[in-house]
Amino acid sequence: MSGVAHVDRRSFLASVAAVGGALALGFEIPFGAPAVHASSAAREITAWIVIEPDETVIIRVAKSEMGQGSFTALPMLVAEELECDWSKVKAEFVSPQENRRRDRVWGNMSTGASRSISASQNDLRCAGATARTMLIAAAAARWNVPDSECAAARGVITHLPSGRTMTFGRIAAAAADIAPPAQVALKDPKDWTLIGTRQKRLDVADKIMGKPIYAIDVQLPNMLYAAIIQCPVFKGTLKSVDETKLAGMKGIHHVVKRPDAVAVVADSWWRAKKAAEVLPVSWDGGDNASVSSSTISANLHEALSAADARVGRNDGDVDRALGQAVKRIEADYEVPFLAHATMEPQNCTAHVTADLVEIWVPTQDGETALAIAADAAGVPPGKVVVHKMMLGGGFGRRGIFQDFVRQAVLIAKEVGQPVKLVWTREEDIRHDFYRPVAAARMTAGLDADGMPVAWKIRTAGQSIIAAVSPRVMQFGVDRNFLQGLLEDMPYDVPNYLVDFAMRNTHVPVGVWRSVNHSQNAFFKESFVDEMAYAAGADPYLFRRKLLAKKPKELAVLEAAATHAGWDTSPPLGVFRGIALHNSQNSVCAQVVEASVAPDGKVRVHRVVSAIDPGHAVNPLTIELQTESAIVYGLAAALYGEITIRDGRVEQTNFHDYPMLRLAEMPRVETVIVASGGFWGGVGETPMPPLAPALCNAIFSATGKRIRSLPLKNHDLRSA
Amino acid sequence: MARLTVNGRAYDVDVDSDTPLLWVLRDTLGLMGTKYGCGIAQCGACTVHVDGAPIRSCSLPVSAVADRQITTIEGLAQNGALHAVQRAWLDLDVPQCGYCQSGMIMAVAALLKDKPSPSDAEIDVAITNICRCGTYQRIRMAIHAAAGQQRVSGTSSQ
Repeated sequence: MSGVAHVDRRSFLASVAAVGGALALGFEIPFGAPAVHASSAAREITAWIVIEPDETVIIRVAKSEMGQGSFTALPMLVAEELECDWSKVKAEFVSPQENRRRDRVWGNMSTGASRSISASQNDLRCAGATARTMLIAAAAARWNVPDSECAAARGVITHLPSGRTMTFGRIAAAAADIAPPAQVALKDPKDWTLIGTRQKRLDVADKIMGKPIYAIDVQLPNMLYAAIIQCPVFKGTLKSVDETKLAGMKGIHHVVKRPDAVAVVADSWWRAKKAAEVLPVSWDGGDNASVSSSTISANLHEALSAADARVGRNDGDVDRALGQAVKRIEADYEVPFLAHATMEPQNCTAHVTADLVEIWVPTQDGETALAIAADAAGVPPGKVVVHKMMLGGGFGRRGIFQDFVRQAVLIAKEVGQPVKLVWTREEDIRHDFYRPVAAARMTAGLDADGMPVAWKIRTAGQSIIAAVSPRVMQFGVDRNFLQGLLEDMPYDVPNYLVDFAMRNTHVPVGVWRSVNHSQNAFFKESFVDEMAYAAGADPYLFRRKLLAKKPKELAVLEAAATHAGWDTSPPLGVFRGIALHNSQNSVCAQVVEASVAPDGKVRVHRVVSAIDPGHAVNPLTIELQTESAIVYGLAAALYGEITIRDGRVEQTNFHDYPMLRLAEMPRVETVIVASGGFWGGVGETPMPPLAPALCNAIFSATGKRIRSLPLKNHDLRSA
Repeated sequence: MARLTVNGRAYDVDVDSDTPLLWVLRDTLGLMGTKYGCGIAQCGACTVHVDGAPIRSCSLPVSAVADRQITTIEGLAQNGALHAVQRAWLDLDVPQCGYCQSGMIMAVAALLKDKPSPSDAEIDVAITNICRCGTYQRIRMAIHAAAGQQRVSGTSSQ
């Protein structure tokens, strides 16, 4: 496989190798230790698989690796069917330009929505089976025996009648010349030997050695550094910049003005940042400069009884059933904007020449990065090379909107030298595409047995779809906003209505780990607890009744409760809460054990998280992602809040947008209830139930019902 | 001009005296393992050892470290052998995205040098670095594993 021939880039790769010890040849930077190289097309069996004479099996990964483990789990799907020796497998990223050049042979590279496995499993397993068939055919031809007399296992082909053997590495070159079979049969899941087993991550070695594997680590000859200051009021514009203030500051090369930002380009990032901070800039915030969290919240509350809502699902006659109910309960909920705060701040390095645009970028979608770079530079897509790097966190920040790519390309084009743009943490917190604000009014009618006969959910908030693809909404409601409350609502209530009153703001919104599930699970599962309390029922047993016709959900709920010992007493002073939520085609139930100190401090001691993702490809990945989602959700539940004042974000860095730290980490116990038969996600699913399960535990501890987040805004001190 | 000793090697660097050590390591010396996360000593992604003590290099001007011994993640493994902390990190699959892990490992290596068998409470106090992927549970396990390994092998962290 040959990439864009580019002598300068090879010398860059050599410089990376000198620093990091990573050997890099060919069209992209490979990862793994010992380093593998993107090899010649001659040894490519299929687009996904290269087998070296030394038996190394290189499996290509089209999705991005941002910590979620796709770099390991996706090759497992290939290796299962290939019958190679897993210990010989190295993973390698596919480049977006190669994908484009080869008619997207590797499919869609977008990495999000916990879909990496479900969206690619069929292609990957078929790729493995195809290559295995070709390897066997090549060996059979060498021996002059029928293919059917040969079998492959652990990287060795055996002619069964004679016992002769041939390794994959020795026959790979011949196999590459075999015509791929038109069809392949995939293994029955009961015959899997690799899928379903705990396999260690393939990317750990580089990550414990400090290898330069992230975009922010790229160094190019003749490279300059850019720091950027963006208009603090979203959608505002740059009025003027007084560059004379920078006279006398050392190392400053350029001041690049954009309609909504100013970048200072210098010979070191520290100099660029210092200069950007003292640069006198005036902005025009426009009308949005008067917007605040209180005005946004007031709009949401108005929307909870407004007439302009669009219906998402409507079963039975909810108003009539509410009128006839024995008991009626109602509660309003609200949640704030949230920032992603990836540990690696937004950055992109760009080199724009007459012939080529090259970018090094932390991207969840390399093809979108390529398209943005081409558009920004004004060149055809064929003139762009995207170097996909390991991501220092993603969580949805670096997929749809890659604002940093456009900025870096425009700056580098104006400067005429390679430029590394690195945002400060302050810019990162204040210029995100935030988890949208949302509110809900929940109304339920209970019958004489305390069970709900009517449930009405009014939601209000900001639509992501309205910003991303408004055409989708021309014909109805933003169904995305109602995730978890439509057909995926697990509880059976005969009269059920959910609708959405859209209230958009000037604050940019985007997908944030689990998207709208994070808000809706909090609303739904908190209110189910309120129903259970009104009914005088145990919250676990109450949910069981509502799930009587949902065996999959019931099994997961039961697994969480059983593992947690729901029917036993928790330690003194510790209280339990439970929640269940469907998302990303998987089911997750959690039991949280928490205590509330007399001073109001909440402490989460233990979280039992049960998940049914259908097929559990790598149980280790599922455990890691469960722990990850719980930390992400717990930080948000305890502290997470982006507030707006004078049209701008008030928070700036980790001191005022705090994160969970090790001392606050609960013990997490992951229970995998893999029922098989489908491919669900695991990266996001364990997050939505966390906040409501925690708040339900707090209710149990204090009798105080939490109807808004974060918890830091609530006074939980003992009376 | 400042004189630095990093991973046992002396460097003369021509940088502004207020430049934080982090940026000298990364942009002047090309040691990219030490990371920028916040710039205000909150997250610890930039943790290095200065005379053996864990220091957040984003907030330490280079002028303050002249004639002091600096160790970065690149200098932690000795003679091709992983440090006990790195070994435990590898064994327990601690890193996810990995971005904060250099700083975590350096903070933990310093802790174990000071307290070879830290209690959970001591770990809570000492390890305040931020990880957004949520690797904390495995970090705690790996700290205990590394401590146990050091006891078995009779070696101390550097």
